[in-house]
Amino acid sequence: MEYEAVIGLEVHVQLKTQTKAFCNCRIEFGSPVNSLTCPVCLGLPGSLPVLNKTALDYAIKVGLALNCSVQEFTKFDRKHYYYPDLSKNYQISQYDLPVCKDGFLDIQVEGQTKRIRIKRAHLEEDAGKLIHEPDKSLLDLNRTGIPLLEIVSEPDIHSPQEAHEYLSDLKMIVEYLEASDCDMEKGTLRCDANISLRPKGAEELGTKTELKNMNSFKGVKDALVYEIQRQNNLLENGGKIIQQTLLWDPKESKTVVMRTKEEAKDYRYFPEPDLPPFIISQEKISQVKSSLPELPKEKLQRFVKEYGLLEYDAGILVSNKEKADYSEKCFCAWTDKNKKPVVNWLIGPLASIASSSNLEIQQTGVTAKNLAELVDLVENKNLVSHLTGKSVLEEMVASQKTAQEIIQEKNLAQISDEGALAKEIEAVVKGNAKSVEDFKAGKANALMFLVGQVMKRTGGKANPKVVQEILKRRLSNA
Amino acid sequence: MAISRETIEYVANLSRIQLGEDELKKFSDQLAAILDFIDKLKNADISNVSPTSHILPLSNILREDAPKESLSASQALANAPQERNNFYIVPKAIE
Amino acid sequence: MLNKLTAYELLEKLKKKEASVNNITTALSARIKETDPKVCAYVRLDQPGQINQCGLPISIKDNICTEGLNTECCSKILAGFKPPYDATVIKKLKSAGISIWPNKLNMDEFAFGSSTENSCFGPTRNPWNLDCVPGGSSGGSAAAVAADEAVWALGSDTGGSIRQPAAFCGVVGLKPTYGRVSRYGLIAFASSLDQIGPLTKDVRDNALLMSIISGHDEKDSTSADVAVPDYTQSLSGDIKGLKIGVPKEYFIEGIEPETRKIIEEAINKLKGLGAQVAPVSLPNSQYAVPVYYIIATAEASSNLARFDGDQYGLRKANIQNLIESYKQTRGEGFGQEAKRRILLGTFALSHGYYDAYYLRALKVRTLIKQDFDRVFSEFDCIVAPTSPTPAFNIGEKSADPLSMYLSDIYTISVNLAGIPAISLPCGLTKSGLPVGLQILAKPFAEETIFRASYAYEQSTEWHKIKPKL
Repeated sequence: MEYEAVIGLEVHVQLKTQTKAFCNCRIEFGSPVNSLTCPVCLGLPGSLPVLNKTALDYAIKVGLALNCSVQEFTKFDRKHYYYPDLSKNYQISQYDLPVCKDGFLDIQVEGQTKRIRIKRAHLEEDAGKLIHEPDKSLLDLNRTGIPLLEIVSEPDIHSPQEAHEYLSDLKMIVEYLEASDCDMEKGTLRCDANISLRPKGAEELGTKTELKNMNSFKGVKDALVYEIQRQNNLLENGGKIIQQTLLWDPKESKTVVMRTKEEAKDYRYFPEPDLPPFIISQEKISQVKSSLPELPKEKLQRFVKEYGLLEYDAGILVSNKEKADYSEKCFCAWTDKNKKPVVNWLIGPLASIASSSNLEIQQTGVTAKNLAELVDLVENKNLVSHLTGKSVLEEMVASQKTAQEIIQEKNLAQISDEGALAKEIEAVVKGNAKSVEDFKAGKANALMFLVGQVMKRTGGKANPKVVQEILKRRLSNA
Repeated sequence: MAISRETIEYVANLSRIQLGEDELKKFSDQLAAILDFIDKLKNADISNVSPTSHILPLSNILREDAPKESLSASQALANAPQERNNFYIVPKAIE
Repeated sequence: MLNKLTAYELLEKLKKKEASVNNITTALSARIKETDPKVCAYVRLDQPGQINQCGLPISIKDNICTEGLNTECCSKILAGFKPPYDATVIKKLKSAGISIWPNKLNMDEFAFGSSTENSCFGPTRNPWNLDCVPGGSSGGSAAAVAADEAVWALGSDTGGSIRQPAAFCGVVGLKPTYGRVSRYGLIAFASSLDQIGPLTKDVRDNALLMSIISGHDEKDSTSADVAVPDYTQSLSGDIKGLKIGVPKEYFIEGIEPETRKIIEEAINKLKGLGAQVAPVSLPNSQYAVPVYYIIATAEASSNLARFDGDQYGLRKANIQNLIESYKQTRGEGFGQEAKRRILLGTFALSHGYYDAYYLRALKVRTLIKQDFDRVFSEFDCIVAPTSPTPAFNIGEKSADPLSMYLSDIYTISVNLAGIPAISLPCGLTKSGLPVGLQILAKPFAEETIFRASYAYEQSTEWHKIKPKL
């Protein structure tokens, strides 16, 4: 029996506001324990919440970018459960009237576009952090109250690869909007999955399990691969899937049943009496919509159309907004209509130099103008070879000097002038009679040897292409 | 409306309140009487009536995303039953 | 005796330098020493605290947060809690040069009650008759003012907890319009019903205090952005032409005959002062108590979920097991009434019962509000008894929670509708117990209430009669 996986992803995105969702405490990763709290986020008796307007704006922004319909009337609800990291033992969240719903994200799967529907996106507050010791737990409430946007997909994802695509695209979009840092390691992007199997072609959903503790993109993929296999094996052997919550163990590379912390959850949702509802006007929605930056997909299409990039290359350069903006500056600095030369240098040499220092191309300090100049000197003017050009670029990154300056300082300019090379070429020809004979006898290698000798004599400065041309002509004449 | 012992136990568990045997019995009876009394609400005509969650016609109460001073850790922990290095010590919470 | 004067009178004396703050606080301390062992209006007197000499003092109910001063809602579960912040009303009082008395006033635990018998510190006694309750839940506040152990006080009102004790103790107590006074720093009972309000010796003090504590608070999303007038300007004494409605549903049954007679006399007095009195109908009154006991307990069960011993208050030292720790802490820390209400509220919100109870109650609340909207479209205010009986004996109703709940019948609708209402003394029964008259008005019409109350008060002597302690 062939089974297909049915996956739904629940993503929590920590919003990049300056202050928490319901109080004015600053948000700062890595602050001293319990140093960023106040009566409100501590849930002290008598405290009351007031919503951060930027958190709401971000929720609307992300919802619109995900093609959701933003609700005209939205409100908050209390979600009750007892846990030490929840200071009020209820979370202010949204239940039946989430701020955004019915959106979608189109991903690319094997060259095809696939639509993953987004059920809803709602605002809620984060909980604190617990550190577990054998006989007790330690609680830091700095994180409590930070605004989260919970984005829930429909179970339209059918493979770990699709899940990966969906997550990457979602992360890219949210980063473009500057709504979150989307860092799984830091916990500003978190992902839980619901996964079930069903016979291929069937409509009904199978019993699902919930996967948690996937703390990296790789973890998500690995966990899904594992769980699909586990469920598959179980079903193949006539077993039944039990609905349960599983934790991904990245060390052992398997899923482990989570010890149930409480019985069937009765969250006793009811409308939050301390927060009057929110009415989001069409005007507000239009205003936010018009303030949305160009999103990754749109930018990619535009790069292809306007600058003639290949989709693959454009895909690499739009993967984050700063990189895309920098790249575009480079395209414009490169006045030729064919942008391929500068694109190659961005994706190739500059990217590899940058990554060796754990940077991105736009963080190297090389201005668009200077990069364009270098590419021009290499590709159009042949002032230095490609190889030399790469070291010039390295130096540009290290010293922030221009290509011209470096070539001049280090005397790297290639000698391409025939007149200047004539003497050396003659000397080599005269001094390597055997190789000359070999070449004339048809051994192509001999030519490369002679070129190499000229390069040696000129300290590597001769333009090898030009030397090769001259030698060819010289030897075929004699 | 009679409240079964199971229901009281379920609700007590949901509320995280330990009840003694005599409390269980007493609350069963008292809550049953109260719920009986509350049942008269069934007679109210609520067709076409919307619920009142907020009595004032307020909406869109928002604040600026501007940082203000937080409590110091020692202020935050001043009432803590147990603390260590500015952490609250809480019961073992199993993930 | 300085402690027998009103706040207004004392402020005049301070202005004219005829008395000092020290004189006043000394007089109060002496009085408290003399009579509070019998009245028990104050709690934790064994932790005296520094008496602030910066201004005229006010005493505060134990559920309003005062920075550095224990605020425990008279519950074991909050034993030792010292808030690191002041409630907004406290900040406003301090800005106005009023000092906060270091000892808090007794109350029913978490404001759950109508008699102040549910306090973990024991009951407060009615200064008019020490065998009687002072009313609740702001029983300590009302008793202290009545016994001249406080110049004035703050209480809180969720279903009548300022007005009913004011009536039982013969003082003036106002529940403001919902949203008129900030709830920031009031330890919440029912978030959609709670308000902080003044308990005073006369109407003028009440108006004065209201002018200080009212106003929009950006820390409270449910606080109204409505300008605060100088309420003392409403004290004209003129109510000619004031249209007053008397709800017929309040006089059908349940009200004690003597109380009824006293209230009717008061209404006649108002007529005599020129008001136009006519009967009105609030047909959904019969649902007020059940609606209240669903909404208030549901919200209370939620607001009290945070008390688990992790961050403050009582913790039973079994931190090995999370669930056990919470259950034991809450099992021991909460009193009977608190447990009862939490159980009821949790039940009303739980899966399968939400629609039938909580949602239904919210809808009937709309009907109750609509009743008042209809009346106030034609009338300036409504008068009613505050309580169906005068103060009952300590222990009389404590065995039967339902009968205790039913005694809130005239005050509860006010909270459900979010409107303002005052209780002021309008007579004494033959046995010498005070009876309170309630005056209700539409939202943010406290000025009308003060105008009507002042007119009535100044035409009688009730506010001048004090209990003999």
